[in-house]
Amino acid sequence: MNTSINWIKSMVSGLENVTDQQFRDAMTLSGTKVEGFTALDKNLDKIVVGQIISVERHPDADKLVVCQVRVGENEQVQIVTGAPNIIVGSSGQKVAVVLDGGRVAGGHDGGALPADGIKIKKGKLRGVESYGMMCSIEELGSSREFYPNAPEDGIYILDEDAVVGEDAIEYLGLHDTVFEYEITNNRVDCYSVIGIAREAAATFRKPFNPPIIKQTGNLEDVNDYIQVEIEEKNLCTRYTARAVKNIKLAPSPEWMQRRLASAGIRPINNLVDITNYVMEEYGQPMHAYDLDKIADKKIIVRTATEGEEFTTLDGQVRKLDTSTLMICDGQKPVGLAGIMGGENSMITDDVKTMLFEAATFDGTNIRKTTKKIGLRTDASGKFEKGLDPENAIKAMNRACQLVEELGAGEVVGGVVDVYPNKKEKKRIVFEPDKINTLLGTNIPKQDMLEYFKYLEIEYDESKNELIIPTFRQDLLRCADIAEEVARFFGYDNIPSTLPNGATTLGKISYKQSIEEIADEIAQFCGFSQAMTYSFESPKVFDKLRISKDSDLRKTVVISNPLGEDFSIMRTLPINGMLTSLAVNYNRRNKNVKLYERATVYLPKDSADELPVEKVEFTLGFFGEGDFFTMKGVVEEFLDRVGARNKIQYNPESSISFLHPGRQANVIYDNRVIGYLGEVHPDVTESYGIGERTYIAVLHIPEICAISSFDRKYEGIAKFPAVTRDISMVVPKEMLVGSIEKVIEKCGKKMVESYRLFDIYEGNQIKEGFKSVAYTITFRANDRTLEEKDVTNIMNKILSELSKMGIELRQ
Amino acid sequence: MKERLAQIREKALAQIKATDSLDKLNEVRISFLGKKGELTEVLKGMKDVAPEDRPQVGQIVNDTRAAIEEVLENAKKEISSKMRELQMKAEVIDVTLPAKKNNVGHCHPSTLALKEVKKIFMGMGYEVVEGPEVEFDYYNFEALNIPANHPAKDEQDTFYINDKIVLRTQTSSVQVREMEKGHLPIRMISPGRVFRSDEVDATHSPCFHQVEGLVIDENVTFADLKGTLALFAKELFGPDTKVKFRPHHFPFTEPSAEMDVSCFKCGGTGCRFCKGEGWIEILGCGMVHPHVFEMSGIDNDKYTGFAFGMGLERIALLKYEIDDMRLLYENDIRFLKQF
Repeated sequence: MNTSINWIKSMVSGLENVTDQQFRDAMTLSGTKVEGFTALDKNLDKIVVGQIISVERHPDADKLVVCQVRVGENEQVQIVTGAPNIIVGSSGQKVAVVLDGGRVAGGHDGGALPADGIKIKKGKLRGVESYGMMCSIEELGSSREFYPNAPEDGIYILDEDAVVGEDAIEYLGLHDTVFEYEITNNRVDCYSVIGIAREAAATFRKPFNPPIIKQTGNLEDVNDYIQVEIEEKNLCTRYTARAVKNIKLAPSPEWMQRRLASAGIRPINNLVDITNYVMEEYGQPMHAYDLDKIADKKIIVRTATEGEEFTTLDGQVRKLDTSTLMICDGQKPVGLAGIMGGENSMITDDVKTMLFEAATFDGTNIRKTTKKIGLRTDASGKFEKGLDPENAIKAMNRACQLVEELGAGEVVGGVVDVYPNKKEKKRIVFEPDKINTLLGTNIPKQDMLEYFKYLEIEYDESKNELIIPTFRQDLLRCADIAEEVARFFGYDNIPSTLPNGATTLGKISYKQSIEEIADEIAQFCGFSQAMTYSFESPKVFDKLRISKDSDLRKTVVISNPLGEDFSIMRTLPINGMLTSLAVNYNRRNKNVKLYERATVYLPKDSADELPVEKVEFTLGFFGEGDFFTMKGVVEEFLDRVGARNKIQYNPESSISFLHPGRQANVIYDNRVIGYLGEVHPDVTESYGIGERTYIAVLHIPEICAISSFDRKYEGIAKFPAVTRDISMVVPKEMLVGSIEKVIEKCGKKMVESYRLFDIYEGNQIKEGFKSVAYTITFRANDRTLEEKDVTNIMNKILSELSKMGIELRQ
Repeated sequence: MKERLAQIREKALAQIKATDSLDKLNEVRISFLGKKGELTEVLKGMKDVAPEDRPQVGQIVNDTRAAIEEVLENAKKEISSKMRELQMKAEVIDVTLPAKKNNVGHCHPSTLALKEVKKIFMGMGYEVVEGPEVEFDYYNFEALNIPANHPAKDEQDTFYINDKIVLRTQTSSVQVREMEKGHLPIRMISPGRVFRSDEVDATHSPCFHQVEGLVIDENVTFADLKGTLALFAKELFGPDTKVKFRPHHFPFTEPSAEMDVSCFKCGGTGCRFCKGEGWIEILGCGMVHPHVFEMSGIDNDKYTGFAFGMGLERIALLKYEIDDMRLLYENDIRFLKQF
């Protein structure tokens, strides 16, 4: 909400000496946040009212003229200008003149205003001296929008009543500052000048003087002009109407135009300006109908029929349904309640008699309708917050008062006021002790009551109840009152303490501790942490070669996504990882290693249930390293989380986006806890990664289940170890893992460790076989092993291996 | 005999002194003390010495031997240390040659910011609790005093799955779930991913992270809220950090506030970083709304509480002076390596 500080100050006495900055700080600290302010006279210096005495041709330039301008009683300056509306031979125009050494806000083209304005110095234009400049409205920092009678291109000509030599900025009403407020949605009352002024008065503890509304109207009775009936009493809480006849359309006075401009509203004519002015001042939107176009002298507030069509005054045809509230006359709809009037009843230049409407509607209904028909207006923006019906009548009478003051027409006597359920003031028990307990303060009851006076909250001492004004719809209980007390006591004045309750333990969950280890190990192994979006495109499944009937294609779907690319919740962490790697590849980053703790979302069968959310510890890289580099990271991690049983790798994992011959499920205690592999070349190609890329995914819930932080010291071996090397010729497709199984099975506790030290395929080895060599270390923890112990085990191992078609290499 | 011994001694010491290597020193040792050495030869002549003189001569022989050995030993030490020095001189390396690094990976800046926040609150006894990201409308809105048709629901630009399920717009939903469990007192923070339907730009992301905090106990006051968050700000942004609380409105707290911290770049005098304000808005907070207590079944007459929430990316952007939020989700390694 933007508004002129002068408008506010006109309603609060004693703020004359408060600076803009002081006002801003104080208002912000009492809860009316000022987002910023702009002084309209910033960079406007030495600008006076001048009068053109003569305009002569410039001797050396066709497009320039030389003017003699009176700028004071006995003061005259010569000014050269190229403005098209200053014509040779003319005289008498009053203009704003910036004198030598002065400053204007902007250039005549109306572009962005420079921070420090533009300095004006005397100088020569094509050889003729010029001692200043006559200003266009753009040079004064404003625009034709707010000064409708300014010329499109040229000097702004002031009215006759401007006094030569006086401050032109004062005359133009630019000694003002526009404040921008951030009003929270609970403070509907502050979407108005009166509301903000009331807060200002309370903040500075100064008297609040809202406009005094006088009796208005002639001796006629408006009930002879119009009758109002509300069919939907839940949706229209009050409807007030008055009539104005003998309308004389004219521009509104300068002061009104200036105030509207401060709120960003373009002046139009006296009637439109009055409705806008009252909307700003009271926060109550009003609507004006051409009464001669209202059939049967009747207004009926009802809902539309299903599929009903209606043309709003912007010429658009709107399709409505039975929830849309309409303002109708005796025969037809004439307005969309609270949103926009109809074309059929709009005010035109030849209007004679007019109907003013100030009504209040159900906010939710208005909001739903604006969404449904896609039309949001200044008025609906206010109505949807739920306006105070008590305010409507004030706004109505204020508007009629302005009509009389401005001579815009003859107000008909009386008011039509249909108000089915009068809004009563709410009462809240006053509990000063509870308030102090909640705030941690010791504010005297009397001080609290003093704050309330400024807020128009009354105190019923006999019942110890606070009586809340109807415009404060946000005050419902003691906590709300506590906030009012805190605001005016000052949040700054509330002490700072620490809670003194029982000691609690600062801790993280088991899952979080596993995730911390994942971070640690990934980073130790050279992987940096990535973060990617949780939603993606349904197209990723094809990109990742996921089969059409895969469960992974069952997704949680966002009903209002930002676009198809962000429309489903991921069921796989792969797309984010590959996309990030591709970004790096395209930017020519080398050896990129990334990891993400990516949540995936797996829907349940019933749409009423929340999906299963599972964190996938996902690693990916391209550059130096291979499958076994990734396998190493997996094993480092499992070791660190205490999963120290044998890890199995099953190559029959059939993961569609991985290389069919270079992938495996990671198996621990017969459970699949993740997978790893080289990314399928089709997939790297479609992501545009031109290098072999490796991925590992470990399911954090599975890791949590198998992890253990029990550590037991097992002693350091006291007895010597015996080692044996075996070299074998093994069928090519046989996994070394199956050899290791045999070593473990036969060796039992005696085998301390084994290590593959050579693997070879080639010339010396017969076709279809490979050579594999292991060092096996034997040790007992209770004695020195003898030759025969070791030989026994070795024989067992060898006989098992030979059953598998493995030969010892000679 | 005595003269002979004295001569040997002189001669040996002179030779030792003239020696400059361990090998030569060994030769000297052998030539005097070895089996066929001069001193050994003298000993062999002991049989010619008169028996009454033998002890005396023996003594002199032993003294001579000891003296030579001592000098030998000293010379050996001296030469060894000289040689080591020479060796080390020859082994000088260029310490400015490149390091052999393990290329340890880096933390994402949002995680880094979360770590700092977590550390501070865990130190104050807060438990770190997580909850679902796809959440019931009830926990995200209704239980937080944002009923159906509340304008705040529109303002938060919520992603909907269906009528009842949303992508959570705030991690306050986790707080409600904790309150429902009813284990009091509560001191918790809930970090996590949240979603708002904002188009991606330099300051917006449809998916970002929040940390929200909740304290519920007997006698918790607004003053406690101020004290706790002031302490937090000093820990996070430095001991000279000042805080300012401004009244604000949130549906789930009353009274509510926004907290600004003095600009940690200029200290509050106003600079480009704080847009000349001297203050930077950092979080929203307030006393837990009575209606939220009612919804979760905790007795608001006995217990009070405060809650606060902040955007992690905002903290990260401010603390690490990152000027574009999109960088956080691109995962360019050159960006990540800076954290």
